[in-house]
Amino acid sequence: MSTHIGKDFTPPDIAGKVTGEIKYAEDYKREGMVFARLLTSPMPSGRVVSIDTSEALRMDGVIGVFTADDLPPVPPPGNPALASEYVTYVGQPILAVAAITEEIAESAIDKIRIDFERRDFVVDPLESLSPGGSNAYPEGNVLVRTREEGPEGAPIVGAEIRDIKWPQSAIDAIKSGSEPVGGEFTTEWAFGDLDAGFADAAQIIEEPFVTIGYPHHSLEARTGMAYWENGKCYFHGSSQSQSANNAGLARMLGIDLADLVFINEATGGGFGSKIGPYPFMAITGNFARVLNRPVQLRITREQEFYIGSARSGMQGWIKVGVKENGKVSAVDLVIVNDGGATGGGSGNSSAQHVTVAYQPENMRYRGISVYTNTTPRGAQRGPGQNEMAAVLAPMTDKAAKAVGMDRVAFRKVNVLDSNGFQGGSQGPVTSAFVREALDQGARTFGWDEKLALPKQNGSKVRGVGVGIGYHGAGGRGYDGLVRIAPDGRLHIHSGVGNLGTYSYAGTCRAAAEALQVPWERCEIVHGRSDKHLPHSSGQGGSNTIFTHTRTNWVAAQDAITKLKEIAATDLGGTADDYVIGDERVYNSSDSSIGLTYAQAAQRAMELGGKYSGQEYPDDINPLTQLAVQGLAGSGLIGVAKDNIPGQGQPPGVVVGFCEIEMDKDTGKFEILDYTAIADCGTVVHPKNFDNAMRGGAVWGVGLASLERHVYDPQNGLPANTGLYQNKPPTYLDVNTNTKMGGVNIPDPQNPTGGRGIGEPTQGASAAALSSAIADALDGHLFNTAPTTTDMIVNHLAGNTYSTKSLKTNTF
Amino acid sequence: MKSKLTRRRFIKGVIFSGAAATTGTGIYLAANAQSGQSAAERLVTLNINGRERRVDVLPMETLANTLRYKLNMTGTKIGCNRGECGACTVLIDGVPNYACSVLTQNVKDKAIVSIEGVKETDGTLHAVQQAFIAENAPQCGFCTPGQVMSAVALLNSNPRPTKTEAAAAMSGNLCRCGAYEHYLNGVMRASGQLA
Repeated sequence: MSTHIGKDFTPPDIAGKVTGEIKYAEDYKREGMVFARLLTSPMPSGRVVSIDTSEALRMDGVIGVFTADDLPPVPPPGNPALASEYVTYVGQPILAVAAITEEIAESAIDKIRIDFERRDFVVDPLESLSPGGSNAYPEGNVLVRTREEGPEGAPIVGAEIRDIKWPQSAIDAIKSGSEPVGGEFTTEWAFGDLDAGFADAAQIIEEPFVTIGYPHHSLEARTGMAYWENGKCYFHGSSQSQSANNAGLARMLGIDLADLVFINEATGGGFGSKIGPYPFMAITGNFARVLNRPVQLRITREQEFYIGSARSGMQGWIKVGVKENGKVSAVDLVIVNDGGATGGGSGNSSAQHVTVAYQPENMRYRGISVYTNTTPRGAQRGPGQNEMAAVLAPMTDKAAKAVGMDRVAFRKVNVLDSNGFQGGSQGPVTSAFVREALDQGARTFGWDEKLALPKQNGSKVRGVGVGIGYHGAGGRGYDGLVRIAPDGRLHIHSGVGNLGTYSYAGTCRAAAEALQVPWERCEIVHGRSDKHLPHSSGQGGSNTIFTHTRTNWVAAQDAITKLKEIAATDLGGTADDYVIGDERVYNSSDSSIGLTYAQAAQRAMELGGKYSGQEYPDDINPLTQLAVQGLAGSGLIGVAKDNIPGQGQPPGVVVGFCEIEMDKDTGKFEILDYTAIADCGTVVHPKNFDNAMRGGAVWGVGLASLERHVYDPQNGLPANTGLYQNKPPTYLDVNTNTKMGGVNIPDPQNPTGGRGIGEPTQGASAAALSSAIADALDGHLFNTAPTTTDMIVNHLAGNTYSTKSLKTNTF
Repeated sequence: MKSKLTRRRFIKGVIFSGAAATTGTGIYLAANAQSGQSAAERLVTLNINGRERRVDVLPMETLANTLRYKLNMTGTKIGCNRGECGACTVLIDGVPNYACSVLTQNVKDKAIVSIEGVKETDGTLHAVQQAFIAENAPQCGFCTPGQVMSAVALLNSNPRPTKTEAAAAMSGNLCRCGAYEHYLNGVMRASGQLA
């Protein structure tokens, strides 16, 4: 019986959060520290003709200026930390100024003169694809992944910018909800026989859709502080991850892995924007080296909007064929992604969501990702999947209605199960129990009962919705590292970041479980790489629970093997004669013959070699090797790479059920009820599971109804850089009496049974809310995310407002 | 002479006067340069968490800046520095205020409580802090000090709020992680309404 898995505990860092004592990157100071500030582009597209810093450098207190010339060149399509010749979005960093105070640095920024040449700009991908449309970059408007044959047949994967235009007929077609025949794509895949699939269909649903990107707006702007001592760089960074930063950041700084100490005790939100080292980090570390002083580079809320990443947008078209029995027989999907200044889109992930929701018998996906002169885009909580979930849910409802099926029943017919597949490659899953989640959710929510209630109440109308959120939920092949100290305590070294999910701690429970050590006898070692942390995955992609319960489990198994071998060496017999329990390793036939963990750790230190980390497995990552070297001789070391056999992608799936009451006079709605059920295997840490579910539900409300980029189409200027203008949900926008649950069926490919769940929580909420909005309006499809109050009230007023123009970033 | 100038009113004035300014800090420096105030005039005594703290404060310096960068009280967080998020909430004479939008010179004669002053001197956590831990309320934790301050102020004035009242009282504090329900449950627990 589990003593740790599935049980609540108090994460060790939570007290520091309620007292304010925990330190974020910006809370650190260092003697001699100087303050750097950024000068950013005032225009969406242009060329830097000249920079004159002379007046700024003459100011008292100014220490130096740092430009792109101080960094290795980053040719397009890379995302440089500082712009060199061309600027491609408002807010793009051009240079940094360091001074003895922030105020002087700010004032010096105002003294710098830059001459720009303006270039044409574009904020809407379809405009850029139109004949004669502007290109966001001089080289073109589309990011294209390339794959060439290199030496000895090894592929060289790269990327380039190309200039692609569609015929006007294709632009007109997609805007009017038809297939954009003649449009060129850069990503395509298909399976089955699409024509045959549509021929089998009793009903066909064909819709355009548009989703608008929006900023992550992590509450902690990505401040960093770096200094160099004894040949090492000490970097206080704001990151979701810990060990996942080291290799990339060391490369940015041009130093060996061993010469970087990355420190990240806590981070103030990331949501995908701080998974690994971001370009901006290169400024802080290299500026500190150039100046030979500690440098803190703090950015403003506005600058966090600019460089803090954002969800990409979509302009798309979908055609779905449904058989009489409700089975989806064919899907044809086209997505034009808004890649912002970095060009990348997540259309393939959106298509992946469709495969999970429908398990279509035949499907084709075609995508293209277009640069716009808007902020850089990157992963944001369920990138692709979640915005697709928001627009797909009402269409799914329409399909269910077309074949006369209940909306939950329709989803049960089509959704992923353990024998199902995900994505265009139709790859297998480790397990999936979504039908069970739908049944559990419908019962908890009272689906049938709510459907039977009257819809109208004066000027108010009720809507009930259901939706599915999905994301891949785990990885393999990372390392685990534990140490039994001479006092017998278990030290679990975690390279997982602390972005607020507490999974850095939850995953450590797997090692405690395996070694049967009480939690109060365990110590989690994390937060800075000179504490000897193993190679770990980036803290994103809903992966940590699956990935790092496994790594901690295998490290613990290695420790158990060593405990038994030491006991056999000292006490006779073979390792197989020994078992563990009560913090002892003892002979299974005579429990009096044994060693305490403390005694075994002492013997490991005396025996040396693999027992105390002087030797280690060949297949562990170089970062883990460094960590083991640092711990060598200090106890019994358990270290291993996760080589647990198995195949398939672990899925994380949440189903959401939402009830709203909409005021038909104003378009405003209130969420009366929200229930969500997760299919994430065993729930490892119930309290934190609840928090992840509820946080994601709040994010879903933002995606489905509130948050979006708004750019002035005439000047390319962002209109909503702040928090209130961008409107993340507040206490008053969400339901705070939600019901959360889990199917809680263990995943067979994880010793603890767990899979991740962070991202689908948002997709389910967004989908269920979109579905409820459509239901309240008798099935009207807006086909947009967000669906804002102004859209609703215009529809209710019978105005000619239409989302079929597929305008994005503007309105 | 007591100044009635708030930072927001000052910024508004600058904008209306047509002055160009790129950031809050730039305005702040410009105003400080024009103040003509001597170092002796800038040295003020503040009552923070029941202790007197003497600190050199520029005329347009915000309380958030004074706390974080002059007094090294980094529990007060700056999330937006523009009066939007509430991460910098402190109590001034018992009333929650955004410290990023309060000029330090204006609170010389006030009792200021920051997050560092919430727990007992013997280290015992405030009921709100204990309840937030019990409800696993913080996620990333960056907004948490502000949430604690608003909850403490609410319970001081309304010891048994309804959940709706609590949501209204806390609505000036954004939580980007979306932990609102857990914070509200924490308020209910701290007020003895949730076992």
